[in-house]
Amino acid sequence: MVLSSADKNNVKACWGKIGSHAGEYGAEALERTFCSFPTTKTYFPHFDLSHGSTQVQAHGQKVADALTKAVAHIDDLPNALSDLSDLHAYKLRVDPVNFKFLSHCLLVTLACHHPEEFTPAVHASLDKFFSAVSTVLTSKYR
Amino acid sequence: MVHFTAEEKAAITSLWGKVNVEEAGGEALGRLLVVYPWTQRFFDNFGNLSSTSAIMGNPKVKAHGKKVLTSFGDAIKNMDNLKGAFAKLSELHCDKLHVDPENFRLLGNVLVCVLAHHFGHEFNPQVQAAFQKVVAGVASALAHKYH
Repeated sequence: MVLSSADKNNVKACWGKIGSHAGEYGAEALERTFCSFPTTKTYFPHFDLSHGSTQVQAHGQKVADALTKAVAHIDDLPNALSDLSDLHAYKLRVDPVNFKFLSHCLLVTLACHHPEEFTPAVHASLDKFFSAVSTVLTSKYR
Repeated sequence: MVHFTAEEKAAITSLWGKVNVEEAGGEALGRLLVVYPWTQRFFDNFGNLSSTSAIMGNPKVKAHGKKVLTSFGDAIKNMDNLKGAFAKLSELHCDKLHVDPENFRLLGNVLVCVLAHHFGHEFNPQVQAAFQKVVAGVASALAHKYH
C-alpha cells in the first residue's frame, strides 16, 4: 500500500484542521477502543481506564503527538517512527491486530467531530495512513 | 453466540430508528468500494466505479447498498438469533456469491464510520461498542454456513 500525493495532502489538511484537539481525540479513540474491543485493555492493567481518566488522557496525548509527528514526516515514516518502532517491537509487543482496532476508532472519532472533513476520499486516505503507521510500528516484530 | 444486554438492545434500536436506510446503505457500500477498492471485484456489472465521485453517485451502488442495509435492519429485529436469521443469506454468500467473509467485517466497520459521521456525539463509545457487537454478530452469522 502506497500513500499517493493526494492521500498525503488529505491527511495533512485533515490533521491540520484538528489542531490542538489532537490530544483530546487521541484519548477518545483510546476510550472507544477499550469499550468496543475489551481485549485491548489487557495492555493497560496498570491504568485507571474509567471515563475521564487522567492516565488515558495523557496517553491519548502521547499517541496524538506521535501521529502529528508522523503527519509532518509523511514522506519518511520508517525514519521518523524508528524509535517508536523499536519500542513496540522489543518492549511493548502489542499484538498487530490491535493497531487495526485503534486505527478504526481514530476514524470513528474523527468522523464524529469533523463530519465535513470526513468525506469518502479523506476516509480512504486516513485509513491508508493509519495502516502505514501501523505497518512501521510492527515492522521490527520479527 | 453474541449476547446483548437490555441496554445494548435499547441503544441499538433507538439509534437505528433514526437511520435513513436508503441513504446510509448507499453511503456505506460506496465508502466500502472507495476505501477498500479490492471489494469492487464483486461488482463488475455495476458500471462506472472509476473514481470516488463515480462510485458514490452510482445508482446501482445506492440500490444495492439499500438492499444490504435493509437486510441489516432485519438483524436488529433478531439480535437474539442472528445465526438463524441469516442462515439462508449465509448459504447464498458462500455458494452463489463466493464472498470472502472478511468483506462482512470490512463493511461492518465502514457502517460504524457512517453512523459516527451522521450522528456525531450521539454515537458515543457505549453506542459504538453496542454496534460493534451487532456488526460482528452479523458478520459471524453470514459466515456461519460457509464450507
